[in-house]
Amino acid sequence: MKISLSEVEHVAKLARIRLNEEERTRFLKELNSILDYMDLLSEVDTIDIAPTTHTQHITNALRQDIRRASQPLKDALTNAPETVDNTFVVPMIIK
Amino acid sequence: MLDIARRFRVDNISPLDITEEILQGIKQDPLNAYITVDETGARNAAKEAEEEIRQGSDNLLLGVPVAIKDNICTKGVSTTCASNILSNFVPTYDAHVVEKLKNSGVVIVGKTNMDEFAMGSTTTTSKIGPTKNPWDITKTPGGSSGGSAAAVAADLCAASLGSDTGGSIRQPASFCGITGLKPTYGSVSRFGLVAFASSLDQIGPMARSARDVAILYNAVKGYDPKDSTSVAMKYQPTSLDGLDMRGIRVGVPGAFFGEGLSTDVEKAVKDGISVFKELGAEIVDIDLAYIRYGVAVYYIVATAEASSNLARYDGVRYGLRGNNADDLIDMYIDTRSSGFNIEVKRRIMLGTYGLSAGYYDQYYRKASQVRTLIIQDFAKAFEVCDIIIGPTTPTPAFGLYEMIDDPLSLYLLDIYTIPANLTGLPALSIPCGFTKEGLPIGMQLMAPAFREDILLGAGISFQDHTRFHEKRPQWNMM
Repeated sequence: MKISLSEVEHVAKLARIRLNEEERTRFLKELNSILDYMDLLSEVDTIDIAPTTHTQHITNALRQDIRRASQPLKDALTNAPETVDNTFVVPMIIK
Repeated sequence: MLDIARRFRVDNISPLDITEEILQGIKQDPLNAYITVDETGARNAAKEAEEEIRQGSDNLLLGVPVAIKDNICTKGVSTTCASNILSNFVPTYDAHVVEKLKNSGVVIVGKTNMDEFAMGSTTTTSKIGPTKNPWDITKTPGGSSGGSAAAVAADLCAASLGSDTGGSIRQPASFCGITGLKPTYGSVSRFGLVAFASSLDQIGPMARSARDVAILYNAVKGYDPKDSTSVAMKYQPTSLDGLDMRGIRVGVPGAFFGEGLSTDVEKAVKDGISVFKELGAEIVDIDLAYIRYGVAVYYIVATAEASSNLARYDGVRYGLRGNNADDLIDMYIDTRSSGFNIEVKRRIMLGTYGLSAGYYDQYYRKASQVRTLIIQDFAKAFEVCDIIIGPTTPTPAFGLYEMIDDPLSLYLLDIYTIPANLTGLPALSIPCGFTKEGLPIGMQLMAPAFREDILLGAGISFQDHTRFHEKRPQWNMM
């Protein structure tokens, strides 16, 4: 097995997702079968092959350092679940 | 699209009449092609278009009803990505492509159904339930742009925009008997497209003919400084004339005709290639040895990028917030666990694993290296040919829920479409035949970067000599 039940739980924790019993069982099986398939790549010799991250080679797409209008504050806050005094409200961070 | 433009001018039909016709059709739509319909916006745009046509404008896009996939932001109109986590999200700005379309006078009728966050190839993972294939309502329209494809095929719009990360425009175009283009990476701005896998995502046009696709592509392409991967160059309008196929070298990769290819699809695509041969093209056998690793590379790269992109859904700035939480971390977890459905969770899990400590080199780095080899493979192939042709998908449309319990088998069906995303190359799917049961079959054309002129020119020539794209589903008679 590529990935154990405790690793599935660990990955879920990293991804900030809580899995129920059914999802845990299901992902254990499915992730293992998908990761087994990905072993296919181990037969490819990739020594000295540079990894590709983007297909167009644009470096530093910079704009002129000129002040310009940005999204109005009201717009930036309009989809927020909870706001007060032009800020986002979140649950308590430190008890 | 061209036929509607003609009706506006020759038959004096009003854009408002066409818009009402489309809105009426959507109200009775048994396919579930749309998530949101913007009746007011559509009527207002139609009125403006009517006025401009009366004043003699020859802009072909004026008043044409267009649908937008629900992962492309539309100002003031809900954009949900077919996900619970964005069910209440209303963008405060237009995506670059939407702004361009509005400026060119199209009528945006609504937002089309899709797989949640564009992750899937069936349009069954949507929060509003699946879209059905207009050629056979027991079959999937494909995905993830299944709503955009079905809406075009069923006359619920004249053309649409989809997005394509691993085949999400071309596969549904193929399953629904329409034409769809995945443009070169960087030629259409992604500003306002909800990110899934940023190095692979491209927005593209879907319509009934390659000519219509070319018109829409001309309207949306171009440099946009708001997308840092947008390529700054001069974009020439793509011609609406067919390409003279004499002397054009068509590369046919053996790897595209291997195990798992349905016999109906194989025959239709080979017949399609013969049409190009009759038009004077030279057929060349080419070798794409690394294609067989495409699916593995893709599902490592795409899920890794997705796990990173979807980290933004934390219940703070927009979207759903889980409400059973005592502290911040708990709120994140509650939001994400209740907001995402199973396929999105599966991909986030896979991507998080592939990037996690100890596994990065084995998965993400290895996949990115094999991606380089696939890119080199295509570069070599295009030294001996001008265009590469093969099937868009190994099978025609399958049953709506046929593949639901077997994610890996479903992923493997993306084998022919994935390379265009991994390499950034443009690819077009055009109808090239039908199965014995009457389901459409698509043929995929690929070209070097920024050579959409070759793809669309060849597609237009093919459609000037065949009738497959003109055949319509009889769904409204059921």
